[in-house]
Amino acid sequence: MSATGKRRPTARTIYEQVQASPGFANLRSRLRRFIFPMSVVFLVWYLVYVLLASFAPAFMSTKVTGNLNVGLLIGLLQFVSTFLIATVYITFANAKIDPAAESIRIEIEGSDR
Amino acid sequence: MTAYLAEQGVGDPALNIGVFAGFVAITLVVVFMVGRSNRTASDYYAAGRSFTGPQNGVAIAGDYLSAASFLGIAGAIAVSGYDGFLYSIGFLVAWLVALLLVAELLRNTGKFTMGDVLSFRMRQRPVRAAAATSTLVVSFFYLLAQMAGAGALIALLLNVPNSDTLGQGTVIAAVGIIMIVYVLVGGMKGTTWVQIIKAGLLLVGAACVTVWVLGKFGFNLSDILGQAVQNSPQVVAKPGGKPKLLGEALLGPGLAYGATITSKINFISLALALVLGTAGLPHILMRFYTVPNAKEARRSVVWAIWLIGIFYLFTLVLGYGAAALVAGGAQRISTAPGGSNSAAPLLAYELGGPVLLGIISAVAFATILAVVAGLTITASASFAHDVYANVIKGGTAAPDDEVAVARRTAVVIGLVAIAAGILARNQNVAFLVALAFAVAASANLPTLLYSLFWKRFNTTGALYSIYGGLVTCVVLIIFSPAVSGESTSMIPSADFAVFPLANPGLVSIPMSFLLGVIGTYVGGREPAEHAKFAEMEVRALTGAGAERAVAAHQLPSQHLGRAGQFAPGPGIASASHGFTPAGWFHPGLTAADDIMRE
Repeated sequence: MSATGKRRPTARTIYEQVQASPGFANLRSRLRRFIFPMSVVFLVWYLVYVLLASFAPAFMSTKVTGNLNVGLLIGLLQFVSTFLIATVYITFANAKIDPAAESIRIEIEGSDR
Repeated sequence: MTAYLAEQGVGDPALNIGVFAGFVAITLVVVFMVGRSNRTASDYYAAGRSFTGPQNGVAIAGDYLSAASFLGIAGAIAVSGYDGFLYSIGFLVAWLVALLLVAELLRNTGKFTMGDVLSFRMRQRPVRAAAATSTLVVSFFYLLAQMAGAGALIALLLNVPNSDTLGQGTVIAAVGIIMIVYVLVGGMKGTTWVQIIKAGLLLVGAACVTVWVLGKFGFNLSDILGQAVQNSPQVVAKPGGKPKLLGEALLGPGLAYGATITSKINFISLALALVLGTAGLPHILMRFYTVPNAKEARRSVVWAIWLIGIFYLFTLVLGYGAAALVAGGAQRISTAPGGSNSAAPLLAYELGGPVLLGIISAVAFATILAVVAGLTITASASFAHDVYANVIKGGTAAPDDEVAVARRTAVVIGLVAIAAGILARNQNVAFLVALAFAVAASANLPTLLYSLFWKRFNTTGALYSIYGGLVTCVVLIIFSPAVSGESTSMIPSADFAVFPLANPGLVSIPMSFLLGVIGTYVGGREPAEHAKFAEMEVRALTGAGAERAVAAHQLPSQHLGRAGQFAPGPGIASASHGFTPAGWFHPGLTAADDIMRE
């Protein structure tokens, strides 16, 4: 990038250097490989649920056990999936993101925290 | 009117007021105690970043579970059955957007407001002005809906009828003044403690009533549903009107939103705004700055998800429980003073008499008070930090002046809220909450996501998506059935509803995403784009240079020099060897940077 020489040929910020480093690229892609697909999953699952409730009310009203119907159970499953994704994410981030992020942060700032 | 209310059996207003006064007294003591340690701007806006994740999670739940969620959802389930439940799920799932895509990155890059993040790598003045506009609009709509709801609650709980303007006005003014005291004395720290206390009361109160209801049915949810079906066969909205059949229909979708294809699409539009709006609500975003780092921000969202989710499971039992147990069922609930909002209070009265009703009433009031305080501090922070300090003063305002402006703004907002609450008291403004979510989802979230994840995004793109989303929303709402054309509209006598949906999200959200792209390509490349994006991305992901809890980096940012300049070196490895200039990574540097360039 400094090769273009247009802006500040001799100055490349520490952030640009970190951004270009393999360690950071690794961290970024690990995070994105988790959060983007997961976001698609829960948004689609929620949208399917809303569409079912809107356009398949008869199916949703089918009794499963006692007075509990399909709609109520799918609704409760939305709660379960939300709790589950939150738990999985926090486990993932604590184990896979925080250590790498912390070491890059210390590289940038020094261990002054 | 009084005789009618007494006949409805809503308990003892003196007791209700007594319990509420107890809450106010306790919270005021707490607010005065923590208020003494408010010194810096970081204390006032972000509670010194000293809250733990779990504490902030409880406070988020307190901020989020407004009277609309507590009384509104329980009531919606009682009279509309399944569709009320559907509503609550959107409110919950929305938190995953905040958890996965927004909370930590925002905490790492911002300082006090949403504008900090949106303007990070853009031209400061126009983007901050846009962010503040959208923050103030969302907060004001939300505030107005809360204050207007207070009127209905007062009628129900304190036995002051809607026709008594002086009586209701006095109560609304009292609520507003207590709220102003919270904000002025306690700042963010005090407000956060109010939220925590309120959330605790709300969760414990709702849990008690839920267990009580479940206990009555041998902890069998199916039996509650069966009893609700039997006890609430129909609703007649007006005497002599056409009955709406409930019964078995309470258990399936469609009662509220299933009548026509338009109402179904309207619901999908609402669902979209709910799920994407939460992570764009400024008063929620600001809560992420009250914790010391991104890890705590993450913990706080996970705590909030559990608490909010469990609370909505309670409201499922409360709503169907009210339909099942309140004598007269959904019919009595929907015609009681306060309408369907009365479901939870009436259920409490049915179960525990005036004492339980008093507690639930006090919790409902505390809810309004706390949410309004949270909104006020957010709106005042955005005005002082984005508009005053950065747009008007160009980043040269001293932090003390900024906080002084924030405090004065909070008083003004409080007074406006009181006046608007009294004026809007008997208006049908329930659509304002949906509108606030729609604006948050259309104006704020697309801009936030683009800023955080799309390198090419620039100032013009940000302005297009914020103003575009905002204007689209507001214009569509004005020409929607929410404002005119139907008996339930704000102005039922006129009809200029050319847009069929009461919720604009389905149009305005994609529109804002699209405008962000168009604006970005219209705007062309900006100087220093690459360095700025690198800084934002690295900081967002690693927390380097993020605002700390400790006072080590308290220098006012504007007095420091250019950030991020670094002579070519052997790479980042060198950074760990003696490359740590003091104050070098202060986040506010970027602001100074951009202002100089302008």
